[in-house]
Amino acid sequence: MKQTALHPEHVALGASFTDFGGWDMPVRYGNELAEHNAVRTSAGLFDISHMAEIFVTGTGAAEFLDAALVNPSSQIAIGKAKYSLICAEDGGVIDDLIVYRLAETEYLVVANAGNRFNVVEALQERVTAFADASVEDQSDAWALIALQGPQSASILASLTSADLDNLKYYAILPAVVGGIEVLIGRTGYTGEDGFELFTPVAHAREIWQLLLATGGTDVVPCGLACRDTLRLEAGMPLYGQELDRSHTPYEAGLGRVVRLDRETEFVGKAALAQASQNVTRKLVGLVGEGKRAARHGYAVYAVGSDTPVGEVTSGALSPTLGYPVAMAYVSTSVSLEPGTTLEVDIRGSRQPYQVVSTPFYKRTK
Amino acid sequence: MANPTNLKYTKEHEWVLLGDDNTATVGITAFAANALGEVVYVDLPKVGAATEFMKIFGEIESTKSVSELYSPLTGTVTEVNADLAGAPETVNADPFGAGWLIKVKFEQLPELLSSTEYDALVGE
Repeated sequence: MKQTALHPEHVALGASFTDFGGWDMPVRYGNELAEHNAVRTSAGLFDISHMAEIFVTGTGAAEFLDAALVNPSSQIAIGKAKYSLICAEDGGVIDDLIVYRLAETEYLVVANAGNRFNVVEALQERVTAFADASVEDQSDAWALIALQGPQSASILASLTSADLDNLKYYAILPAVVGGIEVLIGRTGYTGEDGFELFTPVAHAREIWQLLLATGGTDVVPCGLACRDTLRLEAGMPLYGQELDRSHTPYEAGLGRVVRLDRETEFVGKAALAQASQNVTRKLVGLVGEGKRAARHGYAVYAVGSDTPVGEVTSGALSPTLGYPVAMAYVSTSVSLEPGTTLEVDIRGSRQPYQVVSTPFYKRTK
Repeated sequence: MANPTNLKYTKEHEWVLLGDDNTATVGITAFAANALGEVVYVDLPKVGAATEFMKIFGEIESTKSVSELYSPLTGTVTEVNADLAGAPETVNADPFGAGWLIKVKFEQLPELLSSTEYDALVGE
């Protein structure tokens, strides 16, 4: 299994590890509920160095990305970012991405660890039609550290002269933190305010230690277990659960990301145009009563019916809300209006779950 | 956390504390509690329910997963740990003590693992 540059830090902190996309990653350091709550109320520090950093450069970079992804990167202002998807010709989702524009002719595309090579391969294949653009997978050169939670800004501000006040959500800027040049993105996967620090691997451990030391009791190291419950509460999809090659962006509720209303011929456009008119199942949010969580793979039914109408993709007892929350693909043959009651088969017993709009949890600003 | 030497164990990571008159207290080991992560829900049988050796008597859920609980004894449930409904995390905090699950009246004691044998099983 691959190890990130921060692996020795996790071992020293007594983390439990899990295999995630071929990487030996910390699942928790102590109590994952405490880690979850720290992000909601104070700050948490995550090693997400397993994620892929792909640089796209050249005078043709914008034009190339416009044709390679479902939304136009040429319209991203310098220093800003956009959530995007890379789709196959058949409209299936290869991965979900964050695209940062670092300069007029330089983009940073961040992909999921498990999809790194699929994304790089697809981009390299698609770039051959563009003379003045190149794709470089720099994932092994970068560590990625996420500082998330309401205290993140004050902790980071004490370590850099960068203007964090004017760094908006989904924006990025080069900065010096503890004498080390990094890129700070105001992004995250927790539903809280927070930052992601792109750090050269050689300096990853220094930055990690510096953030923990500076945060003191306000920051706790956080593993992937709480990262999953945090993103679930925030209604954010996880590739492999909510997103895959066999569900279209329209089914996943990401139709707004796909920009069919442009002249550019992008990969998957024809299939996606068709898919936009043919939505037979939808990703919905579900909330239950009691404590029993609907989990990945559990069947969803209309009340009293014996024929399944859907399947749960992710679910957990929400640590913040105290009741079970889930996301599920459900057939549009039944009403999916918020307030509709459905049933989930939880290991042989039917439990009522109500359709709600996501996110389940929204921070108060 | 060391596995107490006064307890018996199963391969499914339950422990058994033998009491007087064929009664026993049953819980899960620290190894199992740690592997599960923070316990958020424990589904236990009712008092009077029958249990059967190595058959499922309940479920234990963490944020990440759900596991079945296997009875180390054939018998009848005489008491369940009602405190766990409101504080399931006690299973993590004190797996060999306040985090006990059920008490059982049994007729015959099956063959269970000693603490040394269980130590070997979990590599401690």
